[in-house]
Amino acid sequence: MARTKIYVPRETAAVSVGADEVALAITQVVKKNGMDIELIRNGSWGATWLEPLLEVEVDGIRIAYGNVSAADIASMFDADLLSGGKHERRLGPTDEIPYLMNQDRWTFWRCGRINPLSIEDFELHQGFKALKKAFVGGAEAVLEAVAESGLRGRGGAGFPTGIKWRTVANAEADQKYIACNADEGDSGTFSDRMLMEGDPLGLVESMAIAGFAVGASKGYIYLRSEYPLAHSILSRAIETARDAGWLGENIKDSGFDFDIELHLGAGSYVCGEETAMLESLEGKKGIVRFKPPLPALEGLFGKPTVVNNVISLASVANIINLGGERYAGMGVDRSKGTLAFQLAGNIKRGGLVEKSFGITLRELVEDWGGGTASGRPVKAVQVGGPLGAYIPADQLDIPMDYEAFIGIGAMIGHGGIVVFDGMADMAQLARFAMEFCAIESCGKCTPCRIGSTRGVEVIDKLIEGVDREQNHELLVDLCDTMESASLCAMGGMTPYPVRSVLKYFAEDFASSGKK
Amino acid sequence: MARIDTETTSQIVKNHNGKPELLVQILQTIVTRFGWVPPETTRQLAEELNLSRADVHGVVEYYHDFRTKEPGKHIVKICQAEACQAMGSRQLTDHAQKTLAMSMHDTENNITLEPVYCLGNCACSPAVMIDGKTYGRVDESRFNALLNDLRGDK
Repeated sequence: MARTKIYVPRETAAVSVGADEVALAITQVVKKNGMDIELIRNGSWGATWLEPLLEVEVDGIRIAYGNVSAADIASMFDADLLSGGKHERRLGPTDEIPYLMNQDRWTFWRCGRINPLSIEDFELHQGFKALKKAFVGGAEAVLEAVAESGLRGRGGAGFPTGIKWRTVANAEADQKYIACNADEGDSGTFSDRMLMEGDPLGLVESMAIAGFAVGASKGYIYLRSEYPLAHSILSRAIETARDAGWLGENIKDSGFDFDIELHLGAGSYVCGEETAMLESLEGKKGIVRFKPPLPALEGLFGKPTVVNNVISLASVANIINLGGERYAGMGVDRSKGTLAFQLAGNIKRGGLVEKSFGITLRELVEDWGGGTASGRPVKAVQVGGPLGAYIPADQLDIPMDYEAFIGIGAMIGHGGIVVFDGMADMAQLARFAMEFCAIESCGKCTPCRIGSTRGVEVIDKLIEGVDREQNHELLVDLCDTMESASLCAMGGMTPYPVRSVLKYFAEDFASSGKK
Repeated sequence: MARIDTETTSQIVKNHNGKPELLVQILQTIVTRFGWVPPETTRQLAEELNLSRADVHGVVEYYHDFRTKEPGKHIVKICQAEACQAMGSRQLTDHAQKTLAMSMHDTENNITLEPVYCLGNCACSPAVMIDGKTYGRVDESRFNALLNDLRGDK
């Protein structure tokens, strides 16, 4: 008889609320009673509000138990856990949890489902199928499929991936690179991390496909140092893939060489900007480069380089498997396919929701998220990280669509959605935007380096009520300068959250700190 | 925390094949193991990697992770970013500073308190990292409990 499988995520959020202790408690009960089970440390399904989410497989169906703590384990075994027995933590079959059922899982479909470090499990779930298909169909077919899919950069800028890959493919050079940007520094975002922890081999496969398509034999992953668990899982996944012959020279007799080097960042937010990341990968200060030259032509070590976000890359395997047309069939207008939205902050049901573009912000915040965790009304929602605008509660009906967001002076960015309730002091959040820019600016251009510090000072005066009209005007003027004259998005977009507070929450400057 | 010695520094450089383009990785390895980069290490790295001292110094100063002051045995980082602010990280930070009787970036009683801008645990805010491990849904009482664990292990 096959051993019963129990799944407990080994994923940062789950572990941060006790998943390791749950796994340990299971091991102890099993040992004490001489039971024979298989404990699998999977990735998270993304229903973070239910973590730690334990599952037991009964007759091929996975039964979920939510918000499990180590203290529950004894009583769960008493309640016949191994047969999916009744218990107050029991949620029913994982596949029937509404939060997970109604998603469009394209990029994250293996996440939670498989053992992230098992090549066998990965291959049972279509792993390396797309890479094999690429080897048969050739590089041109991959480039066409990616272009046809309409995939745009998921790091935030939304540049068409197909065009970027084509540019690198057409460039002539003795060496080209794939540089995966895993420096996920935006507050409210964690999809890169969840993918790397839950389906790291999926990223490895997609990077190899990218390398094959553009003629690059070497890939780098630039991972932020704040993600030690992702680092450990990803390092092991890369080694596993190498041992199994999926990385290295002449991969599976295809004649294609590709290997991946994993680099760690060192706590600099601006290193998520692509050229700063390249500098950091070269061992230097993460200072933004002038563009042009484009990294696609002169990138890492001056060679043509595909710089893509984790999610952009990881979306490619299924584009090859299922076809670019199918991906393009999802979403709206120029926002094709799906995005892994991340519900965060003051939200009842936080987690990861992969949906086609076009869903409204309200559906995500209210239907999936269930409103605020505090139960108070939503006051503001910041979309797209610290450089994203604060959207007031009466504008939540906006569809998730790159162009629609640009139209209201906001951005979707990496898909992070941070909810605030009425207790939020928006003036302090505007101040924080400037302060954060001052802390993280690389210092190369003046509007960002100096402007951010001046921004903090002007906002302080506004809060104190000093020459309110003049300082309001001055702040708007400063925002204009930063926006139009900064070298990259750090200084160029810090005004977004500030302006949105001026526009929608101006009264908070007078009331700031008095609540 | 122990101070890195010259032999260990050389060994770490050797493990990175003496490549100057791996300077950030070398420093990250040093900081992960020893907590900080002493000035003599900066000098030694410059020599062994054939870089100018200004180059190495610049990189050390640029990145938040590369401390130039010796930290305590335990490093407590509290997330200051927006998602955590939405769940009261400012109050938690005040509470931590009061409880520990110290400010951000200070070291007292073997504990170093630092800000961090996003731990990627934004659906379990507020988040805290202690000695490289991330904790979520940290209210004041959970913070106190975590702190007690540290104090028991001086």
